[in-house]
Amino acid sequence: MTVSFLLNGRPVEAEGPATRTLLDWLRETRGLTGTKEGCNEGDCGACTVMVTGEDGPRPLNACILLLPQLEGRAVRTVEGLGGDHPVQEAMVTHHGSQCGFCTPGFVMSMAAAHAQGRRDHDDVLAGNLCRCTGYAPIVRAAEAAEGAPVPGWVAADAEALRGLKGSRASGGGFEYLEKHEEVDAPEGPAGRPAYEPEAAGGSGARVGKQAVFLPRSAEELAEWYVAHPEATLVAGATDVGLWVTKGLRELPQVAFLNGCTDLQGIEEAEGWLRIGAGVTMERLLGVLAGPYPSYAEMIRRYGSLQVRSAATIGGSLANASPIGDNAPALIALGARLHLRQGEARREIALEDFFIDYGKQDREAGEFVEAVSLPAEAPGFRVWKISKRFDSDISAVCGAFNLAIEGGHVRSARIAFGGMAGIPKRAAALEAALEGQRFDAETVEAALPALERDFAPLTDMRASSGYRMEAAQGLLLRYLAQAGGAPVSVLELGS
Amino acid sequence: MSVGKALPHDSGPLHVSGQARYVDDIPAPAGALHLAFGLSHVARGRITKMDLDAVRAAPGVVMVLTAADLPRPVDVAPGAHDEPLLSDKAVHFIGQPLFLVVAESHLEARKAARLGRVEIAEEPPILTIEQALEADSRFEDGPRVWTKGDASGAIMGAPHRLQGRIEMGGQEHFYLEGQAALASPQEDGGMHVASSTQHPTEIQHKVADALGLPMAAVRVETRRLGGGFGGKESQGNALAVSCAIAAHLTGRSCRMRYDRDDDMIVTGKRHDFRIDWEVGFDGEGRIEGLDVTQYARCGWSQDLSLAVADRAMLHADNAYLLPSARITSHRLKTNMQSATAFRGFGGPQGVLGIEAALDRIARHLGLDPVEVRRRNYYAPMTEGEQGHPHLEVAPGETWQEAPEDSDLASRGSGEDLPREPVAPATRNATPYGMEVTDFVLHGMTDRLLETSDYAARRAEITEWNAGSPVLKRGIAFSPVKFGISFTLTHLNQAGALVHVYQDGSIHLNHGGTEMGQGLFRKVSQVAAEVFGVDPARVRITATDTQKVPNTSATAASSGSDLNGMAAKAACEAIRGRMAEALASLHQCEARAVRFAEDHVEVGGDRISFARAAQIAYEARVSLSATGFYKVPDLSWDRIKGQGRPFFYFAHGAAVTEVAIDTLTGENRILRCDILHDAGRSLNPALDIGQIEGGYVQGAGWLTTEELVWDERGALKTHAPSTYKIPACSDRPRDFRVALWDQPNPAASIYRSKAVGEPPFMLGISAFLALSDACAACGPAEPALDAPATPERVLAAVRRARG
Repeated sequence: MTVSFLLNGRPVEAEGPATRTLLDWLRETRGLTGTKEGCNEGDCGACTVMVTGEDGPRPLNACILLLPQLEGRAVRTVEGLGGDHPVQEAMVTHHGSQCGFCTPGFVMSMAAAHAQGRRDHDDVLAGNLCRCTGYAPIVRAAEAAEGAPVPGWVAADAEALRGLKGSRASGGGFEYLEKHEEVDAPEGPAGRPAYEPEAAGGSGARVGKQAVFLPRSAEELAEWYVAHPEATLVAGATDVGLWVTKGLRELPQVAFLNGCTDLQGIEEAEGWLRIGAGVTMERLLGVLAGPYPSYAEMIRRYGSLQVRSAATIGGSLANASPIGDNAPALIALGARLHLRQGEARREIALEDFFIDYGKQDREAGEFVEAVSLPAEAPGFRVWKISKRFDSDISAVCGAFNLAIEGGHVRSARIAFGGMAGIPKRAAALEAALEGQRFDAETVEAALPALERDFAPLTDMRASSGYRMEAAQGLLLRYLAQAGGAPVSVLELGS
Repeated sequence: MSVGKALPHDSGPLHVSGQARYVDDIPAPAGALHLAFGLSHVARGRITKMDLDAVRAAPGVVMVLTAADLPRPVDVAPGAHDEPLLSDKAVHFIGQPLFLVVAESHLEARKAARLGRVEIAEEPPILTIEQALEADSRFEDGPRVWTKGDASGAIMGAPHRLQGRIEMGGQEHFYLEGQAALASPQEDGGMHVASSTQHPTEIQHKVADALGLPMAAVRVETRRLGGGFGGKESQGNALAVSCAIAAHLTGRSCRMRYDRDDDMIVTGKRHDFRIDWEVGFDGEGRIEGLDVTQYARCGWSQDLSLAVADRAMLHADNAYLLPSARITSHRLKTNMQSATAFRGFGGPQGVLGIEAALDRIARHLGLDPVEVRRRNYYAPMTEGEQGHPHLEVAPGETWQEAPEDSDLASRGSGEDLPREPVAPATRNATPYGMEVTDFVLHGMTDRLLETSDYAARRAEITEWNAGSPVLKRGIAFSPVKFGISFTLTHLNQAGALVHVYQDGSIHLNHGGTEMGQGLFRKVSQVAAEVFGVDPARVRITATDTQKVPNTSATAASSGSDLNGMAAKAACEAIRGRMAEALASLHQCEARAVRFAEDHVEVGGDRISFARAAQIAYEARVSLSATGFYKVPDLSWDRIKGQGRPFFYFAHGAAVTEVAIDTLTGENRILRCDILHDAGRSLNPALDIGQIEGGYVQGAGWLTTEELVWDERGALKTHAPSTYKIPACSDRPRDFRVALWDQPNPAASIYRSKAVGEPPFMLGISAFLALSDACAACGPAEPALDAPATPERVLAAVRRARG
């Protein structure tokens, strides 16, 4: 298939299967080798590029960015920065590069942040790993470049996109690709298909056609998905990208949802926030920072800016990973999931969506349209525990939504991730707290109940025993915080 | 003066613009092929059947090779000849290469490599220290033991005794650029290899050996590495050799890079260690005797493990004078990746052992841990002491013929040439009998304690902790004394090649590789210094075995010391010839010719350096020279553990403050103050870069970085999603680094000191601070192990509470 976008200010058309990553295309087809492959899974940021869409410039990981996601967008690589961008100059003078391999990715993250006037460098750079410098000189460089003017091409890219949209509407100039293509598998050098779809059931059957769909509305998606219930839906590709780069899977039927702007709405009505499935985690972080600061902080930590700028809340929930951090938070909040299959819609409690490991309450051809959560819940806190604070998967994620009146627990909704095959409420613990006076004595007495709720696993992230102890520790933290003490080492300066 | 300037990395502008080229960025010659290994999924056993039909039939596959298909037996080990490139039926670890796929694209090679059906008769793997000891699975005949005096007697007779154990994990290098190579066949059977390696000569040797070529027919080039840290001293052999073989067989260029997961599953890491210790000491905390036993898991092949374990023994004393010591080292053979070089090369493990013991002594006696350390320090260098005499040739040197196929250039060969040990030193000597004459940690400690406000902060933290039940803070000081030189003495040599062109531009080449440390910049500053020119005049070029032969690995912190000296010798030779030519034209003494400020002053005239070069050329003077350097005054018997293995010691000290959460074990570095001894720094900016980066990497080793293998021997942490190196926010927010900036008493390059590895060990102060915070939770010993993940910290808190 063909995808059209701007590359370093110029319109380009990229050919390839829908599973071709921007990184491979840049390096292998365009010879733009400034963008590096460090991990091929979106965890190191060496491949960071700047992508400008309707929501402005964002840093994204090119290694898990599939070409169709770029349709109608503007891509800047390190080669397109000009060489004299303030962050480039500052990185040289402040000794921000040593081996230099991570540097293009850092420079791109810094340039995107610079364009947006962001100065929270530790967060902006959380998704860029450097093994040489210890980061100190990089942060010094970012600080030094703060006040410098933003290069003109940043606005030019955005302007060019607006021009594209106009020309698309008028049917001229920059062609928007056919929204629905059945394409032949491209051929390799010796006339063989260059790729094969995943062999189902171990058979070697080849499929020469790849169904790729770029819907522009939920309506279009709903109709197509009913007809293609086996298809993979791709929103940010922060997980599906790994099926491709690590699992080496093909996606014989695939829809890319980032054109469905009607899935990206955020509405508040009657005390509920309705978040469209296509809302990115970075946008959601901004929305939740007011009512749920601990939730916003958890989002900030669990994914880097590159990941948050691609990943969506719908993808996070539909993916149903037992270690996803959103589900326990939303379950504790009593969130409702909005599902759609064709024209049929239904709404369920989020906790009922997760039936068992790998099994959800989702019909064939049904997709997540939105999730709703209460607009406020003052007694809500969520914390994640991981080996590293930023960009790490939780060993345990604990979410506590306690309503305390007159010193007593009126209601308790408590959910954990990482403690079972699915994100799950701690029913016994809730029961042990409800109606009781909220104090140390009650909490101490209630803690053993958690052992009736969960029998966690031991894996490379933590042992079973630690998971239980830390989960209990989080309830003690909730209690300690109610007493006004600082409860996280992140709250301490020197 | 060009030396001593804080010039930025020479490749900085190329790094930030994406123009800096790494191996995989080199444009592929037309028709280039791509390689991938098929890997073992079993830790130990024998291959009974290999069905590779599906691999051969996969799209894009050009060739599939097993060991039986290779033209000759191919070994990729550095020295020990125990690493067949592809399994010879025996399977030793999960991730061992079994077959090699050659395909039209990287993706096709990766996909095809997964289609092999290999049947392996499994045997129970040897994974743990206990299993290895039980099976007596080890390298060398038995444990290596070095002694100084009667340690057991001293411990028994001491007023106080303690024993303990510390476990410390290994460490993945996580160089951002994975292993990569590109081989292109040349006319007449020769081979050109571009490799991301710290050791081009090793690659050249292994490729020549694999192809049955003389070394002269193989050329290896390395412009830069995207990080090495020791992980590219020997671990690039398999890729370069594979590419060369496939290129030889197909006549096409071949390239190979490991996907990150493969890189972590296939290649070696830092050795994990368990250290058991027993110490006898007096009431002031002065050690009278120390008995240390180090257990290292070396993995399936020997690689560089003997030298690594030796260096761990050589640093079992760290900065402390041990009146008596017994140091025992077990080098255990396990069915895992073959552990390899990693910044510090065993030194960090050895240092952590004694630092943990000193903390125990301090807590046991209720003394300040810094005071206990100071009381045990080596005696200071006396005023005006210039170290030791520098002999051109080590005394009693005798040479023996090396076997023809020996891998002399590798630290893994263990084939050091026997020497007469120097007479054992008597006072202020290390356990291995080397007199310590350049010890500067007394003064450094005083200054650092003052600038970091250690005493007041410790008091404030103690008070704060008393009022904080959930969060606790901790603070700790730790020093490092690190021995500089390859312990395989003959590796302490280097060469350089310098040309001055008739326009005055200077071409510089030497045997060291650039992996981010700024070696090329430092050596170019040396060259510019000798010629009195702007460093911009010096053109830095790729390391190339055709220009400088028989190089040692850029390792052991030796890069600037060795190559700087070699380059200086070459530049001085040319400068001397230029001076003579100019002097004879001006009828003056060559001594009176002065090279400075991009000009040459001769006989009252001042001409540009370019003009001087032109005049010299016209006078038919050779403007090209090689330079050579060997480190003087080394003598070392590694079996006896006696001698003078090091040219000098480099020092450093750090104070780190941390916080822990006693409910979850979460922890964080709050502040770090460092004072580091880089001698008279060649480039303070680059040196501070090494110190900051080394500290964070060292702290990462001991905190967030955890390698986990399952009971089958499969590495479960094989990608950045599961293996967590420090991220930006993990660095100390308050990070104060200063240089001690005193000249090296040893005659090193412009009296600077090596700075690559020593600062890594300053990260130990973060671990000790975490231990201190755990100890604040209760009366008992926390006995924190490393890495101090939240889980281990929480366990230590529980132990401290008793």
